[in-house]
Amino acid sequence: MQDTVIESKAPTAKTVQVERTKKTTKTESNAMNAKRSPTEIAESITETVGKPLAQNAKLAMRNVNVHYDQKQAVFDVNLDIAENQVVALIGPSGCGKSTFLRCLNRMNDTIDICRVEGSIQLDGMDIYDSKLDVVPLRARVGMVFQKPNPFPKSIYDNVAYGPRIHGLVNRRADLDDVVESSLRKAGLWEEVKDRLESPGTGLSGGQQQRLCIARTIAVSPEVILMDEPCSALDPIATAKIEELIAELSQNFTIAIVTHSMQQAARVSNRTAYFHLGRLVEVNETEKVFTNPDHELTEAYITGRFG
Amino acid sequence: MESSVLVIAIFVLGIIAFVVGRSRSVAISQNVGGIRFLNSLPFYYGALTALWCAIPSFLVFAVWSLFDDAIIRSAIIATLPAEAAESVGGNLNLLFNQIYNVSVDAAGSESAPDYMVAAAQHLHSMQSISRWALTGLVLACALGTSIVVWSRINPQLKARYQVERVFRSFLFLCSSLAILTTIGIVVSVLFESIRFFAMVSPIDFLFGLEWSPQMAIRADQEGSSGSFGAIPLFTGTLLIALIALIIAVPCGLMTAIFLSEYASSRIRDIIKPMLEVLAGIPTVVYGFFAALTVAPFIRDMGLSIGLDQWLPISSESALAAGLVMGVMIIPFVSSLSDDVINAVPQSLRDGALGLGSTRSEVIKQVVIPAALPGIVGGVLLAASRAIGETMIVVMAAGLAANLTLNPLDSVTTVTVQIVTLLVGDQEFDSPKTLAAFALGLMLFLVTLSLNYFALHIVKKYREQYD
Ligand SMILES: Nc1ncnc2c1ncn2[C@@H]1O[C@H](COP(=O)(O)OP(=O)(O)O)[C@@H](O)[C@H]1O
Ligand SMILES: [Mg+2]
Repeated sequence: MQDTVIESKAPTAKTVQVERTKKTTKTESNAMNAKRSPTEIAESITETVGKPLAQNAKLAMRNVNVHYDQKQAVFDVNLDIAENQVVALIGPSGCGKSTFLRCLNRMNDTIDICRVEGSIQLDGMDIYDSKLDVVPLRARVGMVFQKPNPFPKSIYDNVAYGPRIHGLVNRRADLDDVVESSLRKAGLWEEVKDRLESPGTGLSGGQQQRLCIARTIAVSPEVILMDEPCSALDPIATAKIEELIAELSQNFTIAIVTHSMQQAARVSNRTAYFHLGRLVEVNETEKVFTNPDHELTEAYITGRFG
Repeated sequence: MESSVLVIAIFVLGIIAFVVGRSRSVAISQNVGGIRFLNSLPFYYGALTALWCAIPSFLVFAVWSLFDDAIIRSAIIATLPAEAAESVGGNLNLLFNQIYNVSVDAAGSESAPDYMVAAAQHLHSMQSISRWALTGLVLACALGTSIVVWSRINPQLKARYQVERVFRSFLFLCSSLAILTTIGIVVSVLFESIRFFAMVSPIDFLFGLEWSPQMAIRADQEGSSGSFGAIPLFTGTLLIALIALIIAVPCGLMTAIFLSEYASSRIRDIIKPMLEVLAGIPTVVYGFFAALTVAPFIRDMGLSIGLDQWLPISSESALAAGLVMGVMIIPFVSSLSDDVINAVPQSLRDGALGLGSTRSEVIKQVVIPAALPGIVGGVLLAASRAIGETMIVVMAAGLAANLTLNPLDSVTTVTVQIVTLLVGDQEFDSPKTLAAFALGLMLFLVTLSLNYFALHIVKKYREQYD
């Protein structure tokens, strides 16, 4: 099923290009009529347009506000991420995408000045419950970072790290299996199977990032959060990772932050557009890139700012 | 002119040259259409003139001052009659000093022989000639070179380039100073050690088990030849350094981990300065503490639990010195480890936390392994510090060169022996004194290689994340 989705997406990207050129003129006239700057528009947003909620929500965010000290970075976001779906978060730099993503596995706990309000539920369980232990939560909601950050250990130990700390396997043979299958899923096995004992930091950037993905899926999380996973990679490595994301979406729920609209168009089912900390629009990816509901989304995907 | 006045004069001339050179370049720039048509900014033309004014004249001054005494001296001595040399038994130094005294203190010269009074007058006149000649030469040089440069100032003169080059050589000179000093020390220690090894065989020195460097003054005394086996000193040094490291490494490392990973910024702001105070206490104060408080305490503890039935317990012990030295180097280990732990990128910690590690797992499995090379480097630096430490050991561990691994006994270290060998009146050609240089050479080699390895490891670590 997934393969068909991908194939059907490839032409989508092309249509996007066409549609986009058509649309530019219309958008401009809209903006002229409104006579308001994008900032003013964004700051007046109270309601997300499109369909932010979903039927079988894996992650459900309600009225999420995030502050760094006095500065608010995320404003009143409501969003559902459905099971086995890929949601792309797009928007200009500094609009709070990473901040929002990091709320979903409580990585913001590591920043002293960061305060998260509202409710975030994973399968109906409030993850900001004060009695909740973040360790199993983060095992269920894994994260891949912008910059590849393999540990200064061997490739094998990098992947085995998660299963070891969570006690997922008892025997060395089982661990070997987990490592192999994770590396296979991450599309790295063939490249590294002969040098599992060499340091992970010795791989190329793209390989390192796939190692980090393998490391994340070795814990068998339910959700994977990816914060611009390809921004430090070359186009070929990027293509491999995108392919990988498409495969992973069969088994995992994925939220991915990206700066590349083509990437969002290729890999995601739904797309959420953030602007200045507000969630402006959420819709089917195809709709966002062909016929967005909000003028800011349109302005962004047509490249008028960002 | 007096030398100090002359130096000040050179300085003042330099300032004047700066002003003159700068204003000439400004004046010239008016003819060619403004400062931007000059090769360099006017400041550099001024600086170039000033440098040419001051540096050559100062060099002349320095060279002259270095050699004029010697030249005058040999000139004076050459004029003396043969009987003069005989009167002091051929010791020309003494002779010249007498002449010098006569020339300075005319009243005391009544008893001096005629030739000496004449030589003294000669000396006097030569000195004043030399001073005037120097003054004239220096001033002429300063004026001459600055006028030459001043007249050469033109828009094409690459003043900035030349000034920068002079500045660079100046920096290079400064940095070579330290290196040259080190080399000088090493060479002198090396030569004295070679003299020592000519008297005592290196094998005996390196592997001998007994250290008693007492040399008999008369040949018929007993024990006329001391023994120079340095093994007891090496073991004593290692024992104390080991005890110190056993204290300092875990404590310092834990402190660093606590400060960088757990402590709130308020606690850090309190603890860090306190650790720095610990690092600033003079070692003699630590020695005091070790000798007067810790050593008696350890001895009493040992006696009260009856350890003296099996082991010799002394009131000065390796343990006391090692413990206190360990406390002393805690700040070393902690601040170096703190640096490397902080240098571990946050992204690694995030990666581990994102996989669901607890804080201590992150530290044990990611931060420490990543920082390990740096930590090892810090420990090695601390070790070389511990090996070189003297004061605490002199005061708390005693002077007896016991060959023992018993930390409750008194031992002595390489540095302490160097001190005791060189304190007091010594002849500089007895093996006893020269042994100090051989020990110094050993110490130097050991700490040098420790430092080398430490820096090497630290550097390798740096490359990993930059
Ligand atoms: N650790 C932090 N401390 C303070 N402010 C932060 C921190 N991280 C992000 N911010 C602020 O929050 C806002 C959103 O940042 P971020 O989520 O990184 O944006 P994005 O990922 O969309 O580029 C920015 O204005 C940024 O300055
Ligand atoms: Mg970001």
